[in-house]
Amino acid sequence: MNVADVEQAIIRVHHEEWARVVASLTRRFGDLDVAEEAAAEAFATAVERWPAEGVPPNPGAWLTTAANRKAIDRIRRENKRDDKQKEAQMVYDDDPPEPLGAIDDDRLRLIFICCHPALAMEARVALTLRMVGGLTVPEIAHAFLVTESAMGQRITRAKAKIKAARIPYRVPAAEDLPARVSGVLAVLFLVFNEGYLATGPHTDPQRHELTAEAIRLTRLIRALLPDDGEVAGLLALMLLTEARRTARVSATGELVPLAEQDRGAWDATLIAEGHRLVRERLAAAAVGAAPGRYQILAAINAVHTSARDMRDTDWSQVLALYDQLVRLDPSPIIALNRAIAVAELDGPEVGLAAVDRLEHRLAAYHAYHATRADLLRRLGRSQQSRAAYDKAIELAGNTAETAYLTRRRDQLR
Amino acid sequence: MQYLISVIHDQAGLATPEEDAAIDVFNKRLQAEGHWVFAGGLASPNTATVIDNRGEEALVTDGPFIESKEYLAGFWIIEAPDLDVALALATEGSKACNRKIEVRPFQ
Repeated sequence: MNVADVEQAIIRVHHEEWARVVASLTRRFGDLDVAEEAAAEAFATAVERWPAEGVPPNPGAWLTTAANRKAIDRIRRENKRDDKQKEAQMVYDDDPPEPLGAIDDDRLRLIFICCHPALAMEARVALTLRMVGGLTVPEIAHAFLVTESAMGQRITRAKAKIKAARIPYRVPAAEDLPARVSGVLAVLFLVFNEGYLATGPHTDPQRHELTAEAIRLTRLIRALLPDDGEVAGLLALMLLTEARRTARVSATGELVPLAEQDRGAWDATLIAEGHRLVRERLAAAAVGAAPGRYQILAAINAVHTSARDMRDTDWSQVLALYDQLVRLDPSPIIALNRAIAVAELDGPEVGLAAVDRLEHRLAAYHAYHATRADLLRRLGRSQQSRAAYDKAIELAGNTAETAYLTRRRDQLR
Repeated sequence: MQYLISVIHDQAGLATPEEDAAIDVFNKRLQAEGHWVFAGGLASPNTATVIDNRGEEALVTDGPFIESKEYLAGFWIIEAPDLDVALALATEGSKACNRKIEVRPFQ
């Protein structure tokens, strides 16, 4: 194995084993801090030694053993420093790791503790990316455009609260599970969306590392909770969105709306996987499992990714799905997207009337103004359209979107 | 592990008889299940007196230590194995006393 192969192997092992190592150490030592630090040290040792010694036959077991030793060393050191003089009654445990089932449970526990509702949303996101995803603090800080020290503090504070308030390391009881899973999915969806539509004037319009990480973590949860319909729904939604990534932004960094995207550039493999998941959920719905919002959103995206072009899209199907979604989630953003389907089906005038009804709730949302601008443009009402584009540009935070809206506005006569 | 459950309120007036009755039921449950440590309702913040004896001489001031719309109306101290149990109990407590609640661990 040459150096490049070893590097590749380490990256792969890091992806596959990080959460497992942190999770099993957290269970053993009851402390996220100890687990995180020891796991990081074990991986650093691997980076140092594997190029010379070769990748061990069972890298996961090697890392778990190394991390366990690091954790015990740290605890012994701290006990001495605290002058407690009570040498920990711990022995090096070089036994092979536990059977897969128990360890998988640990990863679920890790996910649930990081996404606990008693933590602030931004802390949940940061902690999940660090502890489950294995991203470094500088990587997470960069992804969310805050300083490393601010991100470090955010994670430290969250860990301190978990410890002081004794947030349990446990898979929630069956009756709490749906609400807690939906909390986990909200964290992953937020990470995905920040990658899909990155905000900020100095950042790339799409952050592939964030969408990829969100998909990877959602796949992990899907493997751990294979029967959960919303997990499947969110994964499908992410895959069908990610499939259009390269077609969504032009070479000049401008957003390309769905109607103008080169559908040949969509990723057929991701679409096939997404469609497979949607079909699985449709089959479940057919025997009585009521779909949640992610499943319905995935189904809407499945309709779009099944169409050859904008006109070929089954808009009545899209509208029927939005009607279903509005009953579950009365948010004005859903109503806005429903109005877009109405415009495709019944014309821009009817669509505009539906959009205008949302003004008092969406006046500060750029997509509301962008949608109005587009409909007004199609109706030939250039002056009003221009004003709506101005407002949308003022509110949009994504560079590709701003570029697109500006060009559209400047093309108005 | 002990948690302080603070009852936060922003209006004058004590608990209604219905609220008192619901609090009684909740308290009995805390006792029966071994969560009960202590609890009490407080008189209005206007009745508070602040004392500061950090300097040469004790300073006595009328009124609560912080003037705010929201104030501490009462509290429970409960015993619970972890935050999830404490939060579940606090959720019921909030319903019983019909007030907002803060859960905070003891050190």
